[in-house]
Amino acid sequence: MRTFELESVEAIDQAVRHRSVHDGQAFIAGGTTLLDLVKLDVMQPEKVVDVTRLPLKRIELLDDGRLKVGALVSNTELARHDIVMRDYPVLSEALLSGASTGLRNMATTGGNVMQRTRCPYFRDPDMPCNKREPGSGCSAIDGINRNHAVLGTSDQCIATHPSDMCVGMVAAGATLVLEGPEGQREVAFEDYHLLPGNTPEREHDLKPGELITHVILDAPRGGGQHYLKLRDRASYEFALASCAAIVTLDGDSVSDVRLALGGVATRPWRATAAEEVLKGQPATQENFERAAEAAFTDAVAYSHNGYKITLGKQAIARALRDATAAARV
Amino acid sequence: MASVNRHSTGVGFCTPGAQAEIAERPRAASGKTSDTRRITLTVNGQQHALQVAPNAVLLDVLRDELNLFGTKKGCDHGQCGACTVHVNGRSVNSCLMLACMQEGAEIVTIEGLAESAGFEQGHHPVQEAFLEHDAYQCGYCTAGQMMTASAIISDDSIDGDEASLREAMSGNICRCGAYKNILEAVQQARGKMRGGQ
Repeated sequence: MRTFELESVEAIDQAVRHRSVHDGQAFIAGGTTLLDLVKLDVMQPEKVVDVTRLPLKRIELLDDGRLKVGALVSNTELARHDIVMRDYPVLSEALLSGASTGLRNMATTGGNVMQRTRCPYFRDPDMPCNKREPGSGCSAIDGINRNHAVLGTSDQCIATHPSDMCVGMVAAGATLVLEGPEGQREVAFEDYHLLPGNTPEREHDLKPGELITHVILDAPRGGGQHYLKLRDRASYEFALASCAAIVTLDGDSVSDVRLALGGVATRPWRATAAEEVLKGQPATQENFERAAEAAFTDAVAYSHNGYKITLGKQAIARALRDATAAARV
Repeated sequence: MASVNRHSTGVGFCTPGAQAEIAERPRAASGKTSDTRRITLTVNGQQHALQVAPNAVLLDVLRDELNLFGTKKGCDHGQCGACTVHVNGRSVNSCLMLACMQEGAEIVTIEGLAESAGFEQGHHPVQEAFLEHDAYQCGYCTAGQMMTASAIISDDSIDGDEASLREAMSGNICRCGAYKNILEAVQQARGKMRGGQ
């Protein structure tokens, strides 16, 4: 593994004086993405800043009902937290469907937001990849693209966003708190990850020197919630298609619904068109399938991943069915 | 794949078994002081003063510096679980951790598993159950399997039914496919340790 400088910081202002990945420097917390990619020589930080001593390990219920999660809360702690299990089951289920016991013990909330794609061409420095090396070309578009995205792609990049947690957070609704050299700002969670477009190397709205300090979950939406993840093996595998669904019923009608998709898109994907189809309509299988159709209207299939359009629709319909059943309990 | 320097921990050596006291290990002639730092790691209840590079990975330090060869390097990328150890009581993948970030942590490897839990060396209920159930073939993944098993058995949030245990153990891949016996061993050990049988 290439060498780098390592510095530990004790205070947030000390951390954000440093420049972030954009300038060849990276923050490290759990390390599960960073060290993996440094070993592959995909990420080449000259300096790594250890932020694990920062006071960002608390989960705090705010007066307005929102839940403020410190960026260093581990994926295990967040998934098993009483309030999360009770009020945000879709997020707990999403977290527990990701990675393995050991990796969830290491991985942090902020780190999961910053997780990089599992595209094998991105992970192989010998292959062209516009995300890793802008302008070099996309090896996946005409290559092996069975695991790649069908939503939000561009002619530059079709890499899938790998996170389950982020899909749960898009459904639950959340705000990211960022601390930088110019102070603190907030970004809506679903706007944070960027579409590849012509700049696939730009994956998120994080400015040089900024650090994610918290994720604030919206006040609980109630209703029935479910995270469905479909994959090649039953555990310890990334999604081929996943769906986070939150369904609120008024009698037999859907009064509100939130849908987010994983495994099929270039970023954690809010399926707003599907939500609109379903709002105010009876909670029936037929309407679930209509909503699922709407979610994939703009989908683009490549040579090996056309099945994801079918699989993704089925994931939505099944997640809606199970979330609706939970709402009726 | 890019080449990986398997000796990135760089410098120092030690004598197996002679780790009862804190002893600074001599630096190799090639080691440049400016590139390394002095750290103290607590492994299996003993403190070790070490001089390591900033990019030294915990797994490599355990094996190459402390001669604790029980912890295995499988994939080296968090995809197999062979490198599983306990840090502050939780199972983690030591291949994706920097040694320098573990100062002050309680690290337990397979060599210290039994004694850390108050059993005689080699006689942790998980170790005995793996023996009884022949829960391995080649044995390369076994240390990692046992470290995860022992951690999840004492975790109240993980239920003892087959599906829950299989899910909790899924981060440990057994290339020989000894999963059936591994599951039986974990169930037996869990029963013993939690008084369920």
